[in-house]
Amino acid sequence: MDAIFLQFLNGLDKGGAYALIALGLTLVFGTLGVVNFAHGALFMLGAFCAVTLRKLLTLEMVATDPEKVTAWGTPLEIRTPYVEAWFGDFGAFMVDFSVPFSILLAIPVMLVIGVVMERGLIKHFYRRPHAEQILVTFGLAIVLQEIIKHYFGANPIPQPMPSAVGGAADIGAALGMDPNVIVYPWWRLIYFAFSVVVIGAVFAFLQFTTFGMVVRAGMADRETVGLIGIDIDKRFTAMFGLAAIVAGMAGVMYTPLLPPDYHLGMDFLVLSFVVVVVGGMGSLPGAVAAGFLLGILQSLASMTEIKAIIPGIDQIIIYLVAVIILLVRPRGLLGRRGVMES
Amino acid sequence: MNKIFSMSRKDVLTFVIFSAVVLLMPIWLQPFGAAYPDLMQKFAIFGILAIGFNVLFGLTGYLSFGHAAFLGVGSYTAVWTFKLFSMNPIPALILAVIMAGLFALAIGYVSLRRSGIYFSILTLAFAQMSYNLAYSVLTPITNGETGLQLELQDPRVIDSAFGSTSDGSLPVSNLFGLVDMNGIPGFYFCAVFLIIGFFITQRIFASPFGMMLRAIKSNQTRMNYTGFNTRPYTLTAFVISGMFAGLAGGLMAVTDPLAGAERMQWTASGEIVLMTILGGVGTLIGPVVGAWLIKYFENIFSSFNESVLHNLFAFLPDGVEKFVVEITSMFVGEGWHLTLGLIFMLVVTFLPGGMMEGFRRIGSLFNRDGGDKAKPNEKTPAPAPAE
Repeated sequence: MDAIFLQFLNGLDKGGAYALIALGLTLVFGTLGVVNFAHGALFMLGAFCAVTLRKLLTLEMVATDPEKVTAWGTPLEIRTPYVEAWFGDFGAFMVDFSVPFSILLAIPVMLVIGVVMERGLIKHFYRRPHAEQILVTFGLAIVLQEIIKHYFGANPIPQPMPSAVGGAADIGAALGMDPNVIVYPWWRLIYFAFSVVVIGAVFAFLQFTTFGMVVRAGMADRETVGLIGIDIDKRFTAMFGLAAIVAGMAGVMYTPLLPPDYHLGMDFLVLSFVVVVVGGMGSLPGAVAAGFLLGILQSLASMTEIKAIIPGIDQIIIYLVAVIILLVRPRGLLGRRGVMES
Repeated sequence: MNKIFSMSRKDVLTFVIFSAVVLLMPIWLQPFGAAYPDLMQKFAIFGILAIGFNVLFGLTGYLSFGHAAFLGVGSYTAVWTFKLFSMNPIPALILAVIMAGLFALAIGYVSLRRSGIYFSILTLAFAQMSYNLAYSVLTPITNGETGLQLELQDPRVIDSAFGSTSDGSLPVSNLFGLVDMNGIPGFYFCAVFLIIGFFITQRIFASPFGMMLRAIKSNQTRMNYTGFNTRPYTLTAFVISGMFAGLAGGLMAVTDPLAGAERMQWTASGEIVLMTILGGVGTLIGPVVGAWLIKYFENIFSSFNESVLHNLFAFLPDGVEKFVVEITSMFVGEGWHLTLGLIFMLVVTFLPGGMMEGFRRIGSLFNRDGGDKAKPNEKTPAPAPAE
């Protein structure tokens, strides 16, 4: 029972990442009608925002201490990051919390990238067949990841989490069970909470603001909204920017869990597409539900007890579920009728 | 039998020219610096792969993102045949094609229940499943990350029954003990299959079956309303194209007896799609041209490194030279995929018909200026990309 609960927790953070990416994919698809294979690359770009910020923050100045010498007889070098030298303790705090701070960098960067991408490329593909949309965004994804590879190299770049939350939380004790049975890293809990907050914010934005209302109306019937005299294209572009921001933030926060490398996006993209299809193409709640569901299923399947019964199930469970869902319930869990069924 | 070989004059001409081009590769590739066996084998093998993919995507419009799985199955089967039975490539290829065909039958039977993007996702899911399994649970069959290789103590029952003895080194695949399957003979072996494959697709394109597939591409709903059950046709196309991929995988193992799981990864499937699109979907020759171009430029561009670039731009002033080298080095060598991605985006955006459509447009441009040589069917304007 404890083991199941622990695996359940394990699934939450991964599920959070799937849900965030799938949410963005669905937003883009629901508004612009474009199947965006480059969405995983946006996740990856977000992760590299964190890498960049950390690189900038840890630029060091080197001073030599004339009084001390190292074991080799050379003067001892003292390396301090510039921010620490300038801001003292606050600088050290910034270096320590570089990953959460990166969100502040990622939001404007991803917004710009998203809007440029939409205006520059996606715009021309609204009315082209889905196959061509897939292909051109696939090409774009390759280009983006190769650019990252050129500047950051091919190796994963680990990002430390803030030391304050580096430890693990004794959840079992907090829930009145035996202590030290269910222990879970803080950062993973934070990631789960973060994804819930972001998802909630996106839904609230769509549900409770006028802007969101217009976007929802546009998703339901683009033409009529246009006839009323609203420039729906502009708002849809903004939604693409929003989707890019969501993917980017998901990427930033995921860096301590998985050192980012240039093909991070591709790895997550395939899974996220499966998530979208399982949830139901075009359904936002479906995407979120399927993201968490598949994340949890995946971690449950990697329990040794289950692997003993069906070897290798943890490797294929997500795809297997997708195949079954697509065959028995073609619209996905919460999909609407008639979306992409032609 | 007669009917199979009755071809229109244009088809015969295309076929003869194609065969000549393929067989004379070692000669006409000389000036391009590509006339060495390894690369030409790749040309032939990936040509087969692209041709086969085109039978599915070009004719029926079903975009499979999991074709690399069949390639992998073909490779594994061929290597296992080498290990267990004989180093002769013929049985290996036959088994590879059969296994890939069975695989395609199973996957196609399930995937083809859906169309459009759902079909793409389903094939992708199956391919990823095969890839993940090949890496993990199926390690006894696939040898996991190391890849399946030949070993000295392999049984090779048929070979040993004929009394071939091992001389202490790993055997090379050979045709009835006559020719070793590497170097130029290996290329010609692959080339023969490429030509056979081209002939088969040519026949499919011209047949009522091919017509049916094209009808499915243009309007499947109407086909269903007219009372056709389209699924047997799409399934046949899927299996045929899977068998082509299996053949290509088998040939890869013949020329280099090694099979690894990375051949099944979905980026490999993506590469097949790239080749076909770049050359021209739905045309006979386009996919082969696309495969050749990609493999050629991959080879050329990957070999460029900084020092080559410095030599190339040595005539420029120092600062400018550094800058130019810095910029170009992004696109060659390790960064060759960047160039590929850019070219691919440009092609999809401006020339959805691929290189073949480009040639046709250039051709019609000259014909309009220079007279009335254009054949009537080539004058039909290419579908303009929508804004």
